Amino acid sequence: MSVNLSLISLEIATAAFGLALLVLGLIVPKTGRTGFGSLTTLGLIGLLGLSFTLWNNQGSLYDGIYIVDRYAVFFKQIFLAAAIMVAMGSMRYVDEMGAQAEYYSMLVFATLGMMVMASAGDFITLYLGLELMTIAFIILVCYKRLDAKSVEAGIKYVLLAGLSSAVLLFGLSLVYGLTGTVTILKVTWAFLTPGAFSPALLLGVVMLVAGLGFKISAVPFHMWAPDIYEGAPTPITAFLAAGSKAASFAILLRVFAAGLAGVWENWAMLVAILAGVTIIVGNLVAIPQTNIKRMLAYSSIAQAGYILVGLVTASPAGIKAVIFYSFLYIFATIGAFTVVSHFYTVTGSDEIKDYAGLSQRSPLMAAVLVVAMLSMAGIPPLAGFVGKFYLFQTVVENYLWLAFIGLIMSMVSVYYYLMVSLVMYRDQPADTTPIAVPYPVAVTLIVAMVLTLFIGIYPNPVAKIVNAAAMSFFMLQ
Amino acid sequence: MVEFSMTHAWLVPLLPFLAFAVIVFLTRPWKMLSALVSVGAMAAGFVISAYAAYGVFTSHSLIEKSLEYSVRWFSMPGLNIDVGVKLDPTSAMMLFMVTLVASLIQIYSIGYMRGEKGFSTFFAYMSLFGASMLLLVISSNLLEMFVAWEGVGLCSYLLIGFYNHKISAREAAKKAFVTCRIADFGLLLGMLALQIIFGTLNITELGEKIANFELYTNAATLTLVAVLVFLGPIGKSGQFPLHVWLPDAMEGPTPVSALIHAATMVVAGVYLVGRMLFMFLEVPEAQQLVAVTGAFTALFAASIALTQREIKRILAYSTISQLGYMMLALGVGSLTASMFHLWTHAFFKALMFLAAGSVLTALHHKADIWEMGGLIKKMPVTGATFAVGGLAIAGIPPFAGFWSKDEILSLTLSGGHPVLFFMAALTAFLTAFYMWRLIFLAFFGKEKPENHPQESPPVMTVPLLILAFLSLVGGLVGTPWFPFWGEWIRFGEFHHAAPDYTVMILSVILGVIGIGLAYKMYVKDVSAEQRLAERFRPVYTLLYNKYYIDEIYMWFNHTLVDGAAKAMYLFDIYVVDGIFINGIGAITRDTGSALRVFQTGRLQNYALVFFLGVLAVAVILAITGPAPAGLVWGGVR
Repeated sequence: MSVNLSLISLEIATAAFGLALLVLGLIVPKTGRTGFGSLTTLGLIGLLGLSFTLWNNQGSLYDGIYIVDRYAVFFKQIFLAAAIMVAMGSMRYVDEMGAQAEYYSMLVFATLGMMVMASAGDFITLYLGLELMTIAFIILVCYKRLDAKSVEAGIKYVLLAGLSSAVLLFGLSLVYGLTGTVTILKVTWAFLTPGAFSPALLLGVVMLVAGLGFKISAVPFHMWAPDIYEGAPTPITAFLAAGSKAASFAILLRVFAAGLAGVWENWAMLVAILAGVTIIVGNLVAIPQTNIKRMLAYSSIAQAGYILVGLVTASPAGIKAVIFYSFLYIFATIGAFTVVSHFYTVTGSDEIKDYAGLSQRSPLMAAVLVVAMLSMAGIPPLAGFVGKFYLFQTVVENYLWLAFIGLIMSMVSVYYYLMVSLVMYRDQPADTTPIAVPYPVAVTLIVAMVLTLFIGIYPNPVAKIVNAAAMSFFMLQ
Repeated sequence: MVEFSMTHAWLVPLLPFLAFAVIVFLTRPWKMLSALVSVGAMAAGFVISAYAAYGVFTSHSLIEKSLEYSVRWFSMPGLNIDVGVKLDPTSAMMLFMVTLVASLIQIYSIGYMRGEKGFSTFFAYMSLFGASMLLLVISSNLLEMFVAWEGVGLCSYLLIGFYNHKISAREAAKKAFVTCRIADFGLLLGMLALQIIFGTLNITELGEKIANFELYTNAATLTLVAVLVFLGPIGKSGQFPLHVWLPDAMEGPTPVSALIHAATMVVAGVYLVGRMLFMFLEVPEAQQLVAVTGAFTALFAASIALTQREIKRILAYSTISQLGYMMLALGVGSLTASMFHLWTHAFFKALMFLAAGSVLTALHHKADIWEMGGLIKKMPVTGATFAVGGLAIAGIPPFAGFWSKDEILSLTLSGGHPVLFFMAALTAFLTAFYMWRLIFLAFFGKEKPENHPQESPPVMTVPLLILAFLSLVGGLVGTPWFPFWGEWIRFGEFHHAAPDYTVMILSVILGVIGIGLAYKMYVKDVSAEQRLAERFRPVYTLLYNKYYIDEIYMWFNHTLVDGAAKAMYLFDIYVVDGIFINGIGAITRDTGSALRVFQTGRLQNYALVFFLGVLAVAVILAITGPAPAGLVWGGVR
């Protein structure tokens, strides 16, 4: 069997790039350690360019262990776009912590882990990618070694992620035990026979839901998210909320919509209930938050609930909606968190009340935050509206109650999003000095805002690409 | 270039839009540069339009089947919306006319707006206004057209309220916007109904489907839909009873009035009805409604104009009246005559508004025509060009208005509508009279010593001269002996009607009598109006107060709307807010706070919750999944 290495050229290049950064960090003398942010950004842009060559170069490696279809490639592009924006948005923040190559290197490795997840065709690869990403994130979360909150978040993440991994592995091994294979494609076939459901599989599904539910921070497996989002360096929070979540959804779809598609009717209602509960809890608990990072953490839990809605029907329309929402969601999330991160760098505060009068101090930051949040709330003509439309459209027919929950809770979310806007635009700032936005941060913000607007107004080009990605997902079955 | 222009007609609205963006974001601090960007974009649009029009008017196939191209805007099951271009003789004519008139008005504005605050902003808005109108013109899809339609509405709001330090300007802007919004609601409902019934909003496809509408719906429903759609044009084109905003719209700078009245805003309604004429022709009741509304509005507005004193107000009522003609023409089923009158009207009305602006500048914004007089001596160009406009609107051959108005009159008569014909003919007489009343009072007679008028600079008079020239010759493209217009811009078969000399002579006589009467009353015997007003005091007061329509609306708003609002307000405060909102809000907030208690920050608790979650998931799965439920509750197979 000949191996078409061009299929994994992107992963090879990413790994090489991550290692190169690590080594460079060692050789370059301490005084000269600047410019790693720019270097990383450029490298990631190069990798993004490389990924486009794979769009028409589909296939699978090693008997379906590693799948490179448009679905995987599009997700990889999402991760790379997120990583680029995070790297640009980090520069000031990391400079404040001390310019360190390891930070960027870990960022690249986390991205590599996500890529492996997106392409994973069997459980082992899936788990490898997941752990590669998680371990890189653990290091990044406690990167502010001298900050108690950051370290606490790191420890919590290690322990809870370990817990969830154990549960996930247990679930995967149960499925393996039932089917005798770890390849997702073969699992799919094994379950296509009628009456395939057994008590052991019930247990397996429960474990898989719990393990993956942890990664996407679905209620009731969400408890870690607010603490860790709050404690982590803000650019990492952004990457955690956008990239890690998108990657987890990529494998969630592979495992459930592909691997367990045969027993779909057994888990559909469970997913619908989880989605509903996640939406409700995420939005309700976001209301009383006073710290913007915690508020956004709960909002991102609610967002995970929305995305989960697309999995309920496991239909092409649902898959398409999930991919579409994951794509637009990274821009809103990273846009919002980049504002928070830069605001923290300048003022040292994450409290919502300190955002008073931001519209006067930095009109750009205030505008981006409002656009990002309104997009998350699903207000037209922003991207979030289109995304939610695609998602809920799939469940209107058979799960109307879920669509209603989504609708009502979107209204609730407008409340806490607009509270922040109100503070920024109505209140007078205590300190009126304008906040200067450095070039890379400004670019990140403008890209996030423009894309959020553009996708909302003219969704068709992205919808077409997403459609192609969703089609390829079903082609391999 | 012709080929390029036809396939890139979307550039025509895009260029002014880009000008808008460039001015707002880049060139605002540099006034002249902003003006040049704006004028340049519009002029470039004119060049493209001219080439495209040349291309359209030389390919006969486009009369029956328009050139269409589009991109998908968004799609979902059962609903595909495209944005695209529909190029046929009608839209090509409109592109040409709008870009031409808008360019001239913008050039004129450079002189008129000199030294005003917000000079650049003014040009930005003007560009956006033009862009919206041009998009409306080339739209191939009703939703696309609606977006442009609302864009036009927005720009009119911004520009009418341009002098936003004046309360009257702010009020007028609000009035225009709200009145049009009321009408647009009807249009929106009509569009929804069209989408639901026919499954498309593409104009061409609608045309094909409505031709066999019995397959989709019955005639009664389609009539209702047509009436709903017609509500939009009633508002936008200032038809009775939603005409009230148009006279107030003169609160904006005069070039804005010219643009609104001649080329952009108000003709949008006529154009929409023209685009959808296939629907109105299918249901005779709706068609009748269009005709009657048009004829009534024409007469109604002309009668108000008889007694008004402010120069721009008279022109505003004359616009309403002329729009009535255009609607009447559509109502009797003639796209040709309607668009022809739209074309000629654009030139002579833009001309008269710009000339009025020139007068107002010279007299420091003194607007009462009774306080003017003899202006032609000091302002020969303005006076002469205004008189050309007056001759055109009065229907004196060979000026442009004669040919188009004559066509409407003879079609109304030959279409078997004697009453409507009588109304239209009477309007023609009144039009000649009130317009020349204005001209005689303002430009002839004794000079007033307190006025020190001066002719405007060439940047203002040259556009006037060009427009005067067009008002003179613009109608020659559609004379009964040279029916170029009717051959190209039409709906259905082309009929070459023999010239109807009776109507022609009648309309000339009516015009001449009107002018003559005005001459007698306002040059020979200046106190005649005074005496007539005293003799017919109630009628005069009624007309002078515009039939008290505004007051009736005001009363309606104050008693019914405000009263209902007050009742609802109390309901809102005590029932909705008190019980529902605050109640639900409190529940929501309290739930949020209660759930927050679980977030202890202690790792052990988190792990516990995690496993409780696993348990909960297992239970849910056991209850909801058909197979697991069978396993758990129904025993093992």
